[in-house]
Amino acid sequence: MLNPKLKLNPKVFSEDVEQMPIRKGFGQGLVLAGVKNKNVVGLCADLTESTTMNLFAEKFPDRFVQVGVAEQNLATVASGMAAMGKIPFCSSYAMFSPGRNWEQIRTTIAYNDRKVIIVGSHSGISVGPDGGTHQALEDIGLMRMMPNMDVISPCDAIEAQKATVALAESSRPAYLRLVREKTPIITTEETPFEFGKSEIYWLPELGIAQVGIIVTGGLMHKALLAARDLEKEGIKTKVMNLAFVKPIDTEAIILLAKETGAIVTVEEHQIAGGVGSAVAEVLAQNVAVPIEFVGVKDVFGQSGTPEELIEHYGMGKNSIKKAVKIALARK
Amino acid sequence: MLTENKIKELEIHANDIRKSIISMLLEAKSGHTAGPLGMTDIFTLFYFEILKHDPNNPQWEERDRVVLSNGHICPVLYATMAHRGYFPVEELQTLRKFGSRLQGHPHREYLPFVDTSSGPLGSGLSQAAGMALADRMDNGINTRRFVYCFLSDGELNEGNAWEAVMLAGKYRLRNLIAVIDRNNIQIEGDTENVMPLEPLADKWRAFNWHVIEVSGHDFTALYQAVEEAQAVHEKPTVIIAHTIPGKGVKAFERDYKWHGKAPNKEEAEMAIKELQVNRPS
Repeated sequence: MLNPKLKLNPKVFSEDVEQMPIRKGFGQGLVLAGVKNKNVVGLCADLTESTTMNLFAEKFPDRFVQVGVAEQNLATVASGMAAMGKIPFCSSYAMFSPGRNWEQIRTTIAYNDRKVIIVGSHSGISVGPDGGTHQALEDIGLMRMMPNMDVISPCDAIEAQKATVALAESSRPAYLRLVREKTPIITTEETPFEFGKSEIYWLPELGIAQVGIIVTGGLMHKALLAARDLEKEGIKTKVMNLAFVKPIDTEAIILLAKETGAIVTVEEHQIAGGVGSAVAEVLAQNVAVPIEFVGVKDVFGQSGTPEELIEHYGMGKNSIKKAVKIALARK
Repeated sequence: MLTENKIKELEIHANDIRKSIISMLLEAKSGHTAGPLGMTDIFTLFYFEILKHDPNNPQWEERDRVVLSNGHICPVLYATMAHRGYFPVEELQTLRKFGSRLQGHPHREYLPFVDTSSGPLGSGLSQAAGMALADRMDNGINTRRFVYCFLSDGELNEGNAWEAVMLAGKYRLRNLIAVIDRNNIQIEGDTENVMPLEPLADKWRAFNWHVIEVSGHDFTALYQAVEEAQAVHEKPTVIIAHTIPGKGVKAFERDYKWHGKAPNKEEAEMAIKELQVNRPS
């Protein structure tokens, strides 16, 4: 059942569950952050509407910088603004930022300890018809291995909004990973959101969970659907929302592994280097349990609808269910 | 205008800074020689005459900002800062050593006196542009604070540099002043052979910058160039400073092989002797 303590969206399993692109939560959150703090500024590389930064640009035209199609400049100009006390959010597609400007982010933001928030929209395979060039499947890995850099991958638009506001108040540089397509609203305004903390969104009504499913980003809804199906089939699971890939909630991950004895990770990202790897790093050092990885398996994407692609590359509901059963069998 | 006495003072400082550069590179056994010696006169002029700064209060909020884009010439930055009173001159001997504040390329975490960490080329000008933009947001178009960016000619091969040139032109950042070390060399040879930059001044003009060309070793001309740059309205300024790489030591001058290596003991002794002989009295 949905964790009753978290005040999740009661309509999450309805046909008519509200849907909104995760990136839009960022756009709304940035306006809120901008109202709260006049030092918040926005920079964009000619994708203001796509990344929904236009909401901020319209409200605060004097605090918005259009850098053109120049992602290296996007990151480095933001670093300079941070040096003068601004809190820059810079947005583009994840493939271009942090994809193209990784070294600039490393040297001038992370190494240089300048608090800039890199906002990578259009991450994952669900970018869809634009095809493989535009589907960032390596960005979590690229960013989480960078010292001094936090990585946040919200599960819905509401969480993205909260994450944006929280990042404006945090003291470190961060990468905020967003998804293009509309996804179901899973949380509510009342759902707790604490920096660096994960939450258990689904748990068995009775008894102990047999498998822990750790999810980041827009696949949360599919994981919840899988968990509900599995329960009907007699397999008890817990589903964790791991929005904070870094700092990672080590304690909660260990606890979940100890309780369930088997883990499945779910992400719209390459398995190598992503959240699966991050979870495996924690568990290998602390509690050795079988882990199954749901994600992209060392291939590039292609054109298609988001649903087609998620199914084809093995990240849909049935793939998650299958991974849970394999993990269970390996216990 | 700089008085004759002032110019002499600057020449003495520059001579001492050059000797420090040689001696720290010798001690470090690695590092870059040509660029730092070539930029010594410019750094001396800025740190002793031009910058609004306070060595006793390096974080003074109202200070001008300095971005050294080509971080590999940091021996000249460190030596000039030490001679200007930011830290003891003796500390220069720790360059590139384990635990030193004087990292091989500047790192703000180790040396908070610098406004940015740098090393990978082509990214300094855009940071400086970001600083200038932010300052203008806070203090308006007539802000009296300037952001100075020192960059090399070789690093203008980088696309990021031209992205910054474009942006500064677009936003008419009059509080941004770039100084190019036009020494015509880069690691693998002459800039015009590796990747031609000329007509360099025309390129910057085409991007809406005010361009001044000047000798990088003439204090009076440099000082006037900076005054002119500060007076320009509605445009950023680039000072293309023609410098002699390795300046001050005849055997090192204009030889690209000195771009990325440190002198050995004999070479260093010879260089320091030559500088000592030429020290104005």
